[in-house]
Amino acid sequence: MVDNQPILELRNVVSAYGRIKALKGISLKVYPGEIVTIIGANGAGKSTTLMTICNIVKAIEGDVFYKGERINGVGSDILPTLGLCQVPEGRRIFPRLTVMENLDMGAFFRTDSAGVKEDVERVFELFPKLRERRRQLGGTLSGGEQQMLAMARALMSRPTVLLLDEPSMGLAPLLVQQIFDIVRMINGQGVTVVLVEQNANLALQCASRGYVLETGSVVMEDAADKLLANPDIRKAYLGE
Amino acid sequence: MTIRGSKKLWTGCAVGLVWFLILLWPMLGIKPEGFEFAATFQVFGYVAVAAVFVLFFYQVKEAGYLDAAGKPIQSAAGLIQRAYAKTPTWVLLGATLAVAIVFPLVTGRYAHDVAISVLIYICLGLGLNVVVGLAGLLDLGYIAFYGVGAYTYALLSLNFGFSFWLCLPIAGLLAAIAGCIIGYPTLRMRGDYLAIVTLGFGEIVRLILNNWMALTNGPNGILGIPRPELFGFDFRSLASLYYVILAIAVVTVLSVYRLNYSRIGRAWEAIREDETAAELMGVNTFLLKLLAYAMGATFAGFAGAFFAARMRFVGPESFSFLESAMVLSMVVLGGMGSIPGVILGVLALVALPEVFREFELYRMLVFGGVMTLMMLVRPAGIWPAKRVGRRSEEME
Ligand SMILES: Nc1ncnc2c1ncn2[C@@H]1O[C@H](COP(=O)(O)OP(=O)(O)O)[C@@H](O)[C@H]1O
Ligand SMILES: [Mg+2]
Repeated sequence: MVDNQPILELRNVVSAYGRIKALKGISLKVYPGEIVTIIGANGAGKSTTLMTICNIVKAIEGDVFYKGERINGVGSDILPTLGLCQVPEGRRIFPRLTVMENLDMGAFFRTDSAGVKEDVERVFELFPKLRERRRQLGGTLSGGEQQMLAMARALMSRPTVLLLDEPSMGLAPLLVQQIFDIVRMINGQGVTVVLVEQNANLALQCASRGYVLETGSVVMEDAADKLLANPDIRKAYLGE
Repeated sequence: MTIRGSKKLWTGCAVGLVWFLILLWPMLGIKPEGFEFAATFQVFGYVAVAAVFVLFFYQVKEAGYLDAAGKPIQSAAGLIQRAYAKTPTWVLLGATLAVAIVFPLVTGRYAHDVAISVLIYICLGLGLNVVVGLAGLLDLGYIAFYGVGAYTYALLSLNFGFSFWLCLPIAGLLAAIAGCIIGYPTLRMRGDYLAIVTLGFGEIVRLILNNWMALTNGPNGILGIPRPELFGFDFRSLASLYYVILAIAVVTVLSVYRLNYSRIGRAWEAIREDETAAELMGVNTFLLKLLAYAMGATFAGFAGAFFAARMRFVGPESFSFLESAMVLSMVVLGGMGSIPGVILGVLALVALPEVFREFELYRMLVFGGVMTLMMLVRPAGIWPAKRVGRRSEEME
């Protein structure tokens, strides 16, 4: 299928909160241009995986490679400048900054103001609701709008790889569908997406490949359609 | 208002008054000679009558009997607000500055003294506002930097004969370095822990000033600090000193304003809102938090150097925790993150105790009551930060 070098790779990554190991040797590969999903129950270590990639949680063993380079020790604030950006779980927009200022923060490290202006227009096209609300404080947006703002903010950094942590969390079904459509659109524009989800059904429909996480370990990896057809997966994660 | 609503109101008032009495008596009634009730009931009487009067007035207003009187007041307030919104900013700023410049020419010594106090606290408040209001780092030991600035000028001028104008930047620099030293170990802490550790650091600085006899002359303080001088002009009068601190305050306001609307200011706000998210957006939170401490401390250092020159004396008791708490109250009362808010907060908290001087013993009680009332009525401060979309407008 995709036969070139992985753009993002984890090799036997172990990380811990204090003495409790949250990741017990995770290995995964993400190839340029694809959507990879990581599914798993609550507490499986999905968010920790993304936070470890971004070096917010330090990996105590193993290696993280991005574009062929080891990025274990690279500061969290450097990664977005390299094109690796995360939309963290729970949105985490800046509530007392306006929508516009939130977007500006996404482009914080960028110095090409013309390009930034262009990108503001681009994300407004993707999320027309945000244009209407651009002078409103982020905290006054609805849940769905906040999720859109969080994604738009990350897009402002012109990411090569976008890490999305449970974008559908707590949203109404119609909005969930919309968010997944937008994820596909973003991917269509050439952004590689790592999609962490509890909504395994929609995530697997969206992705090309999937990893299944259980208590800090990868227990299964396969093409998304194969995982969708797998009776064990259907039973455990699709509620059948 | 319904009968039931009114009953609830009066019950609430009665319960409140009983609580007040229970709190008041131990403060006023327990004396070394034994218990005493007269003073308590006297004060309680005043407060109770005042409460009943206010409540009665409130009910009359609610019932609409005052509409005839209220309407003109309301429309006048609206008029003023609209006029304010219409006047260009530079006119307002110019007028404020003009008033500030003319002020010492038309007032006496006492007014100069209070005004100097106000301006010193404006520098302190705006500096602390950078740390607390913008970067969201609760600093309870802020006054330590003020102390560093004051002792810097005191020691350099007395031991080496450095002039005030040379010492001013040195005081700012040393305070900034102290800010980094205090800031560095606390960078990984958040919220409550940060508050406790900064509180501790503030006390450590005070204890050093108090106990390092050889350097600071301990609790006796340092006397005979020279006044500022410029090209042979001796800043002898209070009025001339007023202009010195006015200049420092103007520089502080301008710097904080620039910082407020800069990229750095926005990054600080992002850190205040969500540190991890800010980091994920490419903000070097480590450096920026350190910078916030250093910048905030610098302004306190300037103010401290001036304070030493104005008092011609420094002692450790000027830099106690109470002072930190006072400056923090000014920032919170005025409105965190808002420059006019901080200035109003300072005016309120410096002026109020002066106004309430009549009350003598009960001054702090009245003061506390007014503060509590203010926070109930305007929880975001007198003049809350409101710059919705300000920077975004500029971008468009
Ligand atoms: N900040 C934290 N401190 C301590 N333990 C944590 C923290 N965050 C997560 N954990 C633990 O790490 C494990 C994995 O959590 P997480 O990565 O959030 O799971 P998921 O995102 O898959 O729901 C859980 O057992 C959780 O309790
Ligand atoms: Mg999670």
